[in-house]
Amino acid sequence: MSVTFIFFAITAILAIASGIITISSKNPVVSAISLIFHFFMLAGLYLTLQAQFIAVIQILVYAGAIMVLVVFVIMLLNIGKENYREEIYSFRKAAALLLGPVLALLLLSIFMVNPSSDNGIVETINYNGINYTAGSVELIADVLYTDYLFPFEAIAILLIAAILGAVVLAKRNLH
Amino acid sequence: MYQEIPLNYYLILSAILFSIGTIGVLTRRNAIVIFMSIELMLNSVNLTLVAFASFMGDTAGQIFVFFVMAVAAAEAAVGLAIILALFRKKKTVYVDKFNILKW
Repeated sequence: MSVTFIFFAITAILAIASGIITISSKNPVVSAISLIFHFFMLAGLYLTLQAQFIAVIQILVYAGAIMVLVVFVIMLLNIGKENYREEIYSFRKAAALLLGPVLALLLLSIFMVNPSSDNGIVETINYNGINYTAGSVELIADVLYTDYLFPFEAIAILLIAAILGAVVLAKRNLH
Repeated sequence: MYQEIPLNYYLILSAILFSIGTIGVLTRRNAIVIFMSIELMLNSVNLTLVAFASFMGDTAGQIFVFFVMAVAAAEAAVGLAIILALFRKKKTVYVDKFNILKW
């Protein structure tokens, strides 16, 4: 029972718990805050995987930008608690609650592979002749700007298109 | 190279989180909570990608996570703008009220 394993266990259980709170809370603000907590737990999990860059980017982008946008929209639309009680027991909800665990069982049956040839997390990666620590910013930068340069530029175009689309969709018509 | 936590455990956790996200998308009626459940599913896939990238020594998984996060941010902006525009029209965010396309 090493410290890493205890950290992983606590982080994983809190991630699952905050995920369940996100999908089941009646108050959307509680869902949003629980999701922010979930993102912090995922950043902790990325740290156990030696993915330092992804962990920090997760907190900056997801918890710091996307969830702020979601909380802005929730506050802007002034959505109260879900008190529309007509549809508590519907066929759709029953089917989803029955088939959700079936999906979980299907995915678990795929993922419970035997890790006999598993050597653990790779610590040092040799890329282009230089030894980097796995998951460090230098390694990500070297791989991103050499092998994956075209997707990087394409993502820039995608973000511009998204900004324009969001502005056009959300602005008021002035006539 | 320490083998504290097997690769299995990360994949099992990712499967559970993906299923929780799916249940959230199918069960809830609030469009913003549906959107948050989609983010839950995206993050579970990110966890799988990073786990495989770390255990295989291939950085392509983490680069892909970088791109998934960028696409998720773009999707968040456009999706919330759509929800705003719908709210202006119908004054509700509950998806079962949007039924004018039904035949």
